[in-house]
Amino acid sequence: MSRPKNQNYKGHGLPKGKEREGEWDFYWCDVSWLRENFDHTYMDEHVRISHFRNHYELTRKNYMVKNLKRFRKQLEREVGKLEAAKCDFFPKTFEMPCEYHLFVEEFRKNPGITWIMKPVARSQGKGIFLFRRLKDIMDWRKGTAGKKLTSLEAQPARSAINPSGSHDTRSSDDQKDEIPVENYVAQRYIENPYLIGGRKFDLRVYVLVMSYIPLRAWLYRDGFARFSNTRFTLNSIDDQYVHLTNVAVQKTSPDYHPKKGCKWMLQRFRQYLASKHGPEAVEKLFSDMDNIFVKSLQSVQKVIISDKHCFELYGYDILIDQDLKPWLLEVNASPSLTASSQEDYELKTCLLEDTLHVVDMEARLTGREKRVGGFDLMWNDGPVSREEGAPDLSGMGNFVTNTHLGCVNDRKKQLRQLFHSLQGQKKVPS
Amino acid sequence: MALTVLRSTGQGSWEKRILKSLNSMCTELSIPLARKRPVGEQKELLNKWNEMGTDEPDLSLFRPVYAPKDFLEVLINLRNPNYENGDSLSFRTHLGLIQVPLKVKDIPELKEFFVELGLTTGQLGIDDSTQVPPELFENEHVRIGQKVLAEQDSAAAQQYVRQGSPTALRAELWALILNISSQPEDILYYEQLKTNVIQHDLLVDSLIYKDVKLTASNDDYYFVFEDYLYQVLLCFSRDTSVLGHFAYSSASPPKSYIRGKLGLEEYAVFYPPNGVIPFHGFSMYVAPLCFLYHEPSKLYQIFREMYVRFFFRLHSISSHPSGIVSLCLLFETLLQTYLPQLFYHLREIGAQPLRISFKWMVRAFSGYLATDQLLLLWDRILGYNSLEILAGKILAAAVFAFRAVNLMEVTSLAAAEAVLADLSTLKVMPLLQIFLFATVT
Repeated sequence: MSRPKNQNYKGHGLPKGKEREGEWDFYWCDVSWLRENFDHTYMDEHVRISHFRNHYELTRKNYMVKNLKRFRKQLEREVGKLEAAKCDFFPKTFEMPCEYHLFVEEFRKNPGITWIMKPVARSQGKGIFLFRRLKDIMDWRKGTAGKKLTSLEAQPARSAINPSGSHDTRSSDDQKDEIPVENYVAQRYIENPYLIGGRKFDLRVYVLVMSYIPLRAWLYRDGFARFSNTRFTLNSIDDQYVHLTNVAVQKTSPDYHPKKGCKWMLQRFRQYLASKHGPEAVEKLFSDMDNIFVKSLQSVQKVIISDKHCFELYGYDILIDQDLKPWLLEVNASPSLTASSQEDYELKTCLLEDTLHVVDMEARLTGREKRVGGFDLMWNDGPVSREEGAPDLSGMGNFVTNTHLGCVNDRKKQLRQLFHSLQGQKKVPS
Repeated sequence: MALTVLRSTGQGSWEKRILKSLNSMCTELSIPLARKRPVGEQKELLNKWNEMGTDEPDLSLFRPVYAPKDFLEVLINLRNPNYENGDSLSFRTHLGLIQVPLKVKDIPELKEFFVELGLTTGQLGIDDSTQVPPELFENEHVRIGQKVLAEQDSAAAQQYVRQGSPTALRAELWALILNISSQPEDILYYEQLKTNVIQHDLLVDSLIYKDVKLTASNDDYYFVFEDYLYQVLLCFSRDTSVLGHFAYSSASPPKSYIRGKLGLEEYAVFYPPNGVIPFHGFSMYVAPLCFLYHEPSKLYQIFREMYVRFFFRLHSISSHPSGIVSLCLLFETLLQTYLPQLFYHLREIGAQPLRISFKWMVRAFSGYLATDQLLLLWDRILGYNSLEILAGKILAAAVFAFRAVNLMEVTSLAAAEAVLADLSTLKVMPLLQIFLFATVT
């Protein structure tokens, strides 16, 4: 019956899913396949596919910013300023070229700070650069990208963009031009990142969304901190290797030694912080991160095309600053599943296994579980409490969220107990 | 008995060998033991002080002066010429590698010495696991720890960490036990050492660089702290106050003579200035401390104190109960007495257990255990002021006991090594308790 494509995994990279007409029940697909085929593929009730149709609302930087800004306004209207402020985890971002003038205004208000320019749809650190002077962007505008920008500054409304979501944003005027133009975002660069051993790092965290309406999201206990190979200093803006902690970029740095892998498991990171700042500070940091996950998902809840066949495993990139405030860098819909070390391989294999357990093709789960392997149910149309029984929604009392990021992951034991008890339950006639 | 004898036979000749090795490296590579840096080089080093790890000097010609296994060979060949075979029946049946009859504790004595590790006493590393509700032990233990710190009671702190230290309190507790408080004069002293490093280049520096690059930089967790390691170890080698520990060590610091004045004491200087020649893996003594201390001068002081109290015993020959010879002997005795089948089996296949566990003990398990477990272990070293527990024997023996089933099945040294290669998943405290307190004597 089920033919999970995950057989291709085991550390050998993303599978190029082969299309077999109507033969698959579970498909871990490429986003490009999705773009081309989703709209005209019939799927049976039980079929599952590993992406949401328009996930780019969350994962493309310019869309995510728009959705978050809109959500924030909504919260301010409906709940209040305090609640809206909880959305301030994304550094100030402007879409280029359409928000260029807004950006310049902000730029002038904050002279001397550093900005980072990122292409909207590329990954692995490609095309990114830092700047401090408007002159740097002027030069960039005048370059290849710039030539196209001037004619595209009147950008078409988003709905008119090719619905397949490609980063080909031709307006009707420009159809003659064959060279596709990218969109960029200019983002305020976080100049005071938290450093360990003098090095900058970011965190990769995994969130599994089983549905958007209602919102059901699981948080994986394991993840890692990715270190930059060189020491952090603001003096070397040209040194792309310092600022980008993406492993893909680090791999090309002359200092890179493959044995190292420059990663710490989140458990180690959590322990390090606890020994330095105490448990309360660490609790607060991790709780702020929970807030990032939930709010970011809520901000796209109404925009994502809800489809019961879909689920998605996101890779969140989080940066911590020196005040222990977490910032969202980006969300990845196709987080890398290649392994850079033995430890990494084990993490990713278990992550995939547990994802399949939650997706539950064999319909073994009751649907009331709060933990499956390394995944904890973080949001179930409302906050999920660590305690047994109904959550205490009044906000009073000891509500502790059911998240255990960076905590002990005794998944094998838990899975054994879970499936053992499910066996037992099945024996009882309904 | 043994101190003077061992000093003259074992330690003396070992020291001669090390020195010879160092001198020949010096001659081969035509590098002076020490030289003053030109001003330009001094400036450059000062600029790069916080990121010495980015330097990639050509270290291919340097080799570590010795590695733990070389040291083990020396220990195996130790004999006490005064020993009469007629004595101690039990020792005649000792089948281990160590052939020096030192007095070591047996399990009943160990149980008494380590009474706080007993099954009925709460422990961090066991009773703070996810299954045990914090009210039962952990919360109260933390509260007591905070009280001990508030009262700045060093003796109480030492007693307290026998049951393990809470993560958030550990750095302060260790500093309290080791009597380290960062006074201005301490910071000044460290700065002076730093100046010393900037001004003079020592041959040993290259050995330190090489060691860090080979060990800590390749470690999955400690690679992040590479720069701190240079900042500590380079200063350490210039610190003449470390010479003080030789007064109670059986070792003596290597001496070097000004050119042309060989043998004339007034022209002798200690080399390196602190008298300690680093061996392969030395930087791993410092690496775990980087988890706790982030200010270089404090990190330095803590390391120095740990070295002169404990670590030096792990790589010098003496009869002290915490000395490496005693630790090896205790390990072998425990194993032979309580796991005789395993012991004989391994011996039969040419995998003498000590050959495998030696490297763990010499490094006080640094780099072999997961960091959180290692710190729990070092809590107990500080608490009991003794290496016996861990770096020592007991843990090593407990590890063998734990993997006994697998070990009984191996048929070669290589296979035995493989079974014991990865200790990163071990939980230290349950192992120790089971071995010490739950074994039937």
